[in-house]
Amino acid sequence: MLNWPHPTMFPAMSELTVRSATIAPVVNGEPRRLQAGTTVGDLLRELSLDPQLVVVEHNRTILRDRTTFDALPLATGDTIEIVHFVGGG
Amino acid sequence: MATLLNIPGSASAALDTPFVIGGRGFRSRLLVGTGKYASNETMVQAIEASGAEIVTVAVRRVNLDRTREEGILYHLDPTRYFLLANTAGCYTTEDAIRYARLGRAAGFNEYIKLEVIGDKETLLPDTAGLIDATRTLSAEGFRVMAYTNDDLITALRLEDAGVSAVMPLASPIGSGLGLLNPYSIRTIKHRLTVPVIVDAGVGTASDACVTMEQGVDGVLMNTALAAATDPVRMAWAMRAAMDAGRLAYLAGRMPRREVAVPSSPTEGLLE
Repeated sequence: MLNWPHPTMFPAMSELTVRSATIAPVVNGEPRRLQAGTTVGDLLRELSLDPQLVVVEHNRTILRDRTTFDALPLATGDTIEIVHFVGGG
Repeated sequence: MATLLNIPGSASAALDTPFVIGGRGFRSRLLVGTGKYASNETMVQAIEASGAEIVTVAVRRVNLDRTREEGILYHLDPTRYFLLANTAGCYTTEDAIRYARLGRAAGFNEYIKLEVIGDKETLLPDTAGLIDATRTLSAEGFRVMAYTNDDLITALRLEDAGVSAVMPLASPIGSGLGLLNPYSIRTIKHRLTVPVIVDAGVGTASDACVTMEQGVDGVLMNTALAAATDPVRMAWAMRAAMDAGRLAYLAGRMPRREVAVPSSPTEGLLE
């Protein structure tokens, strides 16, 4: 029995579906494919980063209030910088 | 002196005026960096031995493919040390301001060790960019400690721009060449109201001592400790040298003479 619509019959449409389910923000200079709806807080959890030990810049704006991390969904084209303190003089 | 040396922090502190930067008092006139140590364990031990309170750190991207924990806060207790973020690696006013804001957002304090580097080979400061960045950051409430040349006019302009401390170099960053121009450093100290902290170029204990003998308020060093064969021993040496230099400055040295003057009586000699 034929599945309708079979994905192989409409490759363009299936690709479109996959695209809309994911987003591709640039995180620390590298494009990263994430599930649509991923927030800054989700991203930090996925990366196992303690929000208290990092500073996040979203499209060149520093997110000074860490309580906003879970309320900020990311989008394709967003630029995220996650920084921390390292040894220096 | 035995009792003085038993005083925690620094021996000279007991005989000294308080060390204040941007309205806040600090225990030690020795400031240390945290870069380039062979291991985090050695870094922590050396900083402990140095007696330093102010410890500089750099702002960098988190390595997302990390194999080991490189964040300094995993190794250094921020309740024990005063973390001073720097803008090392910034070559423009805009970058330095961005890094300073990121450093402040880490949430520890309003202080920034401001660097605007003008040249990759010498790492000498871009003083025009430095003055611009100082003006912007001071207006935003930062306590700016500006890494600068041993140049009086730049130091005066930085003071006008609102710095909390000027930090002229002894010699280029990481060079270990020691204090190349004591005259310039003394002149800056005489003419400025804000603290003068010599930053960069100190190579060994005698360099730190001679620098403090010029009357400056403090010294910041990193490579002198990190690149020593035994950083912990060198940290002890630096701590003692800082005290020696500061005490010698406060004591006031004897005048230099071009001729010998006998220390023993010239009377009562045998016929």
